[in-house]
Amino acid sequence: MRVRTNTAIGGVLMALVLGAAATAAFWTPFDPLRVNLRARLQPPSSLYWLGTDEFGRDVLSRVMAGAATSVVVALLTVTLAIGFGVMVGVVTGYLRGWTDRIIMAINDALLAFPGILLALAIMIVVGANKFGLVLALGLAYIPSVARVVRGTVLSIREKEYIEASRVIGNSELYSMLRHVLPNAVAPVAVLATSMFGWVLLAESALSFLGLGVPPPAPTWGNMLAASRPYMESAVWLGMAPGLCIALTLLGINLLGDSLRDRLDPRMAHG
Amino acid sequence: MLGYLARRLAMTVPTLLLVAIGVFTLVRLIPGDPVQVMLGDAADPAQIAQMRAQLGLDQPIPLQFVHWLARLLTGDFGHSITDNLAVLPLILERFQVSAVIVLVAVGLAACVAVPAGLIAAWRQNSALDLAVVGSATLLLSIPSFWLGLLLLLLFGLKLKWLPVIGYVPFSENFWQAMVFMLLPIATLTMIEIGVLTRMARAASIEVLRLEYVTHARAKGVPEWLVLGRHVLPNAFAPTWTLIGLVLGHLLGGIAVIETVFTLPGLGRLLVDSIFARDYPVVQGCLLFTAVIYVVVNLIVDLCYPLFDPRVTVA
Repeated sequence: MRVRTNTAIGGVLMALVLGAAATAAFWTPFDPLRVNLRARLQPPSSLYWLGTDEFGRDVLSRVMAGAATSVVVALLTVTLAIGFGVMVGVVTGYLRGWTDRIIMAINDALLAFPGILLALAIMIVVGANKFGLVLALGLAYIPSVARVVRGTVLSIREKEYIEASRVIGNSELYSMLRHVLPNAVAPVAVLATSMFGWVLLAESALSFLGLGVPPPAPTWGNMLAASRPYMESAVWLGMAPGLCIALTLLGINLLGDSLRDRLDPRMAHG
Repeated sequence: MLGYLARRLAMTVPTLLLVAIGVFTLVRLIPGDPVQVMLGDAADPAQIAQMRAQLGLDQPIPLQFVHWLARLLTGDFGHSITDNLAVLPLILERFQVSAVIVLVAVGLAACVAVPAGLIAAWRQNSALDLAVVGSATLLLSIPSFWLGLLLLLLFGLKLKWLPVIGYVPFSENFWQAMVFMLLPIATLTMIEIGVLTRMARAASIEVLRLEYVTHARAKGVPEWLVLGRHVLPNAFAPTWTLIGLVLGHLLGGIAVIETVFTLPGLGRLLVDSIFARDYPVVQGCLLFTAVIYVVVNLIVDLCYPLFDPRVTVA
């Protein structure tokens, strides 16, 4: 029952965000970058649904364009982190021995940096732009993926079907791709879902600090940062991007929960 | 027991070494010549060469690393490029601000989250459970910087109960300092309640299904004693580990909170020195935070046997 409600609410919220992002790629009510000084700081109206900012730019258009940026960054980052993380995790977990020990020592040292700090450090090297952000966040999250995947693989490799695959003469590589990998999909799917939320939050936080996608390109984080001076006089400026981040995270958290409950039914029913 | 402690302690040495290598490499990967940055564009080649020799940058990289490491061990983190202050005292001063916020927030959050999670698990799938999980998920989904801005708008600008901008060190006036810390601490506490409640609930559910709980109930132990004596201590162990992770995570993410509330903490120092291209400070902050994170997790793990004596056997 609860799983279904979670899925429904989470699904609707995520559909809204993805829909807004996809629409923004083709159309927004106004040009999100168009400055119109005669329409500065207009409260929400029938023309500007979410009002305008300090340069007279339409907030709704900027929120939509921000959704596109955030979604693209988050998707690319998750793909990068999951791709490399799964590779490292499967190889180390399956082969064990010295490869495992050395790679995991490095992995643990990387985990010794909180993710966002690692991303920040990498951003300094690669520079503040969309692809720098993807690279930085992606690299920052690889270690956690590798850890989870390795743990899963360690338990899978002890299963009889892996032994059977070995006994009938399949190569290590074949067993790994054909039997270990598919069985690690479920936990990776759960991880990828929550990671989408973490990345979105980290991206907003970095943009908020001025270390993410640079203005004038809109992101929810840099819109929120820019709204600060007008916090009292133009409340809508901060509300729009803030609510967007919160609702997106809520959607992804709910979806993540229902996915986990479905894959791990022990937690769902008492 | 001693064996566990020794093993866990020994594990931190290679981790710390790799952390040092990581930070060292990263800072050397930053595009641009640090000497050029320090001396500006007008410097002539002779000056640059002299500075390079003075800083030891003309030596081979591995040798530079060894020297750098040796200096680190004596507490010499170098000097800031912008104002030539020693980096370590600067970091320590700023760290106090961040540490107070993070420690108090996590402590308060744990006090609320652990009982809340336990009660939700106890009546799993009831309306109460739904309310607890629902609020926790909601709190988890609000970005700390937005929540901070909202609290600032409500208590600072609308109600005018609390100051919007400013900071007083604890050493100067404790109560005054507390007033400025109230909102940042409240913000982080609310966010962390979300994370910790969900963890405490999940851990409690696992424990509630174990046979010793059924056994305790069967022999007539009152329900509050079952929860307090048998479930809580066992459900607390995994939550305790998470508290360590949360502490480190907060230290990494503290910069946004310090930006919202304009507090001179470690996170703000890091971000400001990134903008100023003050690499010795950046390097110091990264290293310091990573070391604190390692140490916090070490302390958490060393205390772990107090909650779960089984780990020392493994």
